[in-house]
Amino acid sequence: MQAARDFSHYVRDLGSGVSHIDLAVEGVSCAGCMSKIERALSALPDVTLARVNLTDRRVALEWKQGAHDPTRFIDRLAELGYKAYPFEPVRAEALETEQASFLLRCLGVAAFGAMNVMMLSVPVWSGNVTDMIPEQRDFFHWLSALIALPAAAYSGQPFFRSAFRALRARSTNMDVPISIGIVLALAMSVVETIHHAEHAYFDAALMLITFLVAGRYLDQSMRRRTRAVAGNLAALRGETATKFVGVDEISEVPIAAVQAGDIVLLRPGERSAVDGSVIEGRSKIDQSLITGETLPVKAGPGTAVYAGTLNLSGALRVRVSAASEGTLLSEIGRLLDNAVQARTRYVQLADRAARLYAPVVHAAALLTMLGWVAFGASWHDAIVMAIAVLIITCPCALGLAIPAVQTVVSGAMFRNGVLLNSGDAIERLADVDRAVFDKTGTLTLPELDVANAASIPAKMFELAGRLALASHHPVASAVARAAKAKTPLAGVEEITGQGVHGFVDGLEVRLGRPSFCGADYLANDILCRDPEASVVAFRHGETCHVFAVRQRLRPDAARAVAALQQCGIGVEILSGDRKPAVRHAAQSLGIHEWRAGVTPADKIARIDELKRHGVKVMMVGDGMNDAPALAAAHVSMSPATATHLSQATADLVFLGDRLTPVVAAIGFSRKALRLMRQNLWLAAVYNLLAVPLAIAGLATPLVAAAAMSGSSLLVILNALRAHRGVRELS
Amino acid sequence: MEVLVFLVPLALVLGLLGLVGFLWSLRNGQYNDLEGAGWRAIADDDSVQDKPAP
Repeated sequence: MQAARDFSHYVRDLGSGVSHIDLAVEGVSCAGCMSKIERALSALPDVTLARVNLTDRRVALEWKQGAHDPTRFIDRLAELGYKAYPFEPVRAEALETEQASFLLRCLGVAAFGAMNVMMLSVPVWSGNVTDMIPEQRDFFHWLSALIALPAAAYSGQPFFRSAFRALRARSTNMDVPISIGIVLALAMSVVETIHHAEHAYFDAALMLITFLVAGRYLDQSMRRRTRAVAGNLAALRGETATKFVGVDEISEVPIAAVQAGDIVLLRPGERSAVDGSVIEGRSKIDQSLITGETLPVKAGPGTAVYAGTLNLSGALRVRVSAASEGTLLSEIGRLLDNAVQARTRYVQLADRAARLYAPVVHAAALLTMLGWVAFGASWHDAIVMAIAVLIITCPCALGLAIPAVQTVVSGAMFRNGVLLNSGDAIERLADVDRAVFDKTGTLTLPELDVANAASIPAKMFELAGRLALASHHPVASAVARAAKAKTPLAGVEEITGQGVHGFVDGLEVRLGRPSFCGADYLANDILCRDPEASVVAFRHGETCHVFAVRQRLRPDAARAVAALQQCGIGVEILSGDRKPAVRHAAQSLGIHEWRAGVTPADKIARIDELKRHGVKVMMVGDGMNDAPALAAAHVSMSPATATHLSQATADLVFLGDRLTPVVAAIGFSRKALRLMRQNLWLAAVYNLLAVPLAIAGLATPLVAAAAMSGSSLLVILNALRAHRGVRELS
Repeated sequence: MEVLVFLVPLALVLGLLGLVGFLWSLRNGQYNDLEGAGWRAIADDDSVQDKPAP
């Protein structure tokens, strides 16, 4: 049964007879790929737009309605060697894109205003010391007001809104002092202009907004990029289901189009994308992603199947159930909620700095005012002085200090195959002192591998690999992959539950169960030595070979573990798998602390126990059963192959077969934290120097402009140092 | 100094033109793919951009 693929769910109708689809594409990394893909797709008739987005690794396609089926594009891309999959932007991503463009608009308006007001301010500053007549100065000030007031009203929105929300909820945040500073600076400048005064602070107010919006935008763009790539990964894993649309008619549909009560087909070698129960068929299923148990379990009518389950031998019909009360998913969801709530108490570095900032600055301004009045200055002068203190201390540098470092470091991590899900993950990762690993799929590769490849003659191996291509069975796929087989043998027959056989040069070849190939003796021999392995036998004429297929540790796991221990980070394993399997992995990696057969709740309990002892835990895991533990840990990481739930929960996601990114990420984050602290100190030192000037009444607009832009530049340059330092590290 | 009456509005209009240009390009999605745009500029063939009308 060959299923028709149905992706119409993803096609958007743009009106006037044009259809649109977004595809996530794997492997697009350079300009060459970009033009290759665009040329190939544009060459198809009736395609009106084919545009690659190199940042997000996506292709936007538009074509005349009805002229093509989206699968045609995916097949064409596959011919070119790119794996593609329809992609639907999640709501959170769409919202973020919208917010980013709003911030960019604000940045544009603020920068325009700041530059033009500055153009008017420079003549005033120089005029004040030479020969400017008061009428001209007033004219320039009024013009400045004309530009600054609407520009600030528009581009200050991100701060005003958030400050208003905070005040209405009877709390404060960093945006409250910022908004107060901006509004006071503008109001005072207008009043001073009316009274023909020498100084107006329009330029300072706009410059402040410009720097702060730039900080916000940096912060945002970092998260947006990660989310885009993470969204692609989810799409590329091709979460589809084969749904029965008639009695015996099937169609491959995206998960989004499957509902409770539908019946789906789960073929051998397929991973289930839904929760449900088996209504027909018998098979063995591998639930290692959910329970951590690596040995296959028998499944028949009535057996519950969860998303992430791998079907091993026979085809199953599964009735989809809603993930509701009592299912494993809901149990995990409940644990997850609790764990997430427990973690939100973490206070970010920036927030801690902000908490100190507001009362100190406001107190300084108040004292300045009272002090000047006490020394006999007029109320007007005292208030001007106090507002000058507020303006010059407004947190330009503070607003950039952390986002600038985060952006530079997240870019460096990105190039090393680590995606950041949240900005504060960097801070939390930096003070980790214990790493807890899941075994299956985390320390080991997610796919099976042939363990005794060296003992099998190359020619036989190749032949077995070509034969294995005919089978869907995961153990056979492991043989095919290990043999790097490309060309399947012709005329191969599959005998369900036994194996596959065919003929090569008149000799029969068989691949499958040891009994099917008459190799029980050989297989038992291997199983005695390596009870963890699954075996698959191969017969070519009279010669027999048995492949031991097992989970293999990630190629650099031992090195990564050693590197972590060298950094002073303790390593332990928490796995749902059986004892011998975990012991073997732990011994070969030199990990002394390990626990086997633990449930999701046990994992949380262990992490809580460590937390109570003041240990900062990093959890690395990929299974659905790890998700709550990932949420409970101080910081968490998942491989890109992890289940959707784990990936969404983890703070960081690493790509590829290696564990080195985990170690590198810790190095990056430690460096980043150092730079963030430096930047906060730079901002503080700037204030220590600038505030006495303001209190003494020397903070003219010229001094304020120089000090504010100087400190911001310093902080940005310091953040760029992360770039260089990090490169040396990687 | 009378020249300022022309120069200042002129400067403002030019600045405003720049701002409008920026907002227009933002709306047209020109900042959606900065990486790709960089490469497009130095790509050899123009056929990708200018596909002849079918």
